[in-house]
Amino acid sequence: MNEDRTTRADETASTIWKALAGVADPEIPVVSIVELGIVRDVRCSDDECVVTLTPTYSGCPAMRVIESDVRSALARVTDRPLRVVTALTPPWSSDAVAPEARRKLAAAGIAPPGDASRIQFHREAVRCPNCGSTRTGEIARFGSTACKAQYRCRDCLEPFDYFKPH
Amino acid sequence: MANPHVELTADIATSAAEGATATTARSILDPQSSILQYVLHLADNDLILAQRLGEWVGKGPVLEEDIASTNVGLDLLGQARLWLAYAGEIDGRSEDQLAYFRESVDFRNLLIVEQPNDDYADTIARQYLFDQWHVLLLAELATSRDGRIASIAAKALTEVRYHVERSSGWVIRLGDGTELSHRRMQAAIDALWMYTGEMFTPGADERELIDAGIAADVEALHGPWLADLRSVFAEATLSVPDDAWMQGTRGRGGKQGVHTEHLSHLLAEMQALPRTYPGAVW
Repeated sequence: MNEDRTTRADETASTIWKALAGVADPEIPVVSIVELGIVRDVRCSDDECVVTLTPTYSGCPAMRVIESDVRSALARVTDRPLRVVTALTPPWSSDAVAPEARRKLAAAGIAPPGDASRIQFHREAVRCPNCGSTRTGEIARFGSTACKAQYRCRDCLEPFDYFKPH
Repeated sequence: MANPHVELTADIATSAAEGATATTARSILDPQSSILQYVLHLADNDLILAQRLGEWVGKGPVLEEDIASTNVGLDLLGQARLWLAYAGEIDGRSEDQLAYFRESVDFRNLLIVEQPNDDYADTIARQYLFDQWHVLLLAELATSRDGRIASIAAKALTEVRYHVERSSGWVIRLGDGTELSHRRMQAAIDALWMYTGEMFTPGADERELIDAGIAADVEALHGPWLADLRSVFAEATLSVPDDAWMQGTRGRGGKQGVHTEHLSHLLAEMQALPRTYPGAVW
């Protein structure tokens, strides 16, 4: 095996990860697709780079946009042919959302997801991203995107989005 | 009628003669194979119910429910696409060809999912009876010996758990609501009950897949389904109907392509655009 080649391929993969960290989620642009756990893997060889993505929800309409955003971001950093593949296993979970992304979600007025292993999540206390109160309640199971539910705060009276534990 | 599969059959014969094993050729290429029919059954349940739920766009009883119904529909549509992509790999057609250019006799969905929306109690009853079955089915399929089926089922399961929480919540809210909502919820359950037997009746070809560990044994799901249902109905103050005539259970149901008249009307709307403008894209 040619070590120079391997090193170059690794360097390319690392460059690609950095570029992907700059690709915002089209529906929640305060966080990147890497922070959301949508990018599973990056592998480069001399011939090509393969980026593996996983959908948050099966019917997420943003997946096509994400793929095209990935292609245009990577075209700026590498001239190797790019292949984007989709992996389902293991299924994406909101537990994959990075801690830093949770802070960014809260700062943007979206309550970050609770522990996804608790299925009956709507019975847990959700903290209001505006005033920090936990006296909140669900308005509707679904919200502005597939990954969010609608909540309201009983203290500051503001409605807010809750990123669903999934 | 021209048989589009004749050439495929010839290919199988050729590849078998060239040393490929006949069993591999059959499971991959035989368009009549039971696994293809089974995957189409899974795809069509999701696709047809997604289309029904999509009919609520802009007409939901309240804004939140308009969004909820269509979001559930969107999940199901995404799942249908995963199943159809797999079915297409088996028989050589694309997702779109399978969705838009099959006739009602080619669809393998359960009869319950094609039933009309009617009032919101009917929509919720259909959804809950199906969701409660779907979640049990997918939990079984997540351990299927067919790796592709297992991975799609595991993905779908995370979404469908959420669906059944919502639909059971509505059954309880409407059942244990006003006198009017209770009456309508019970009437909706009673009217759809005759379509529930089919959910637990395997088709003739399904048996070999169950024995092979590929398909879920739907007969075995009946007990757990009924137990879950009884607990929800108890909270909802609804009664479980007595079993009487069950539609589609004697070898002539959705899995055999024998549908109620509602499916053709649904397909006419769903398939009109791609049939009028073949190859149209946004």
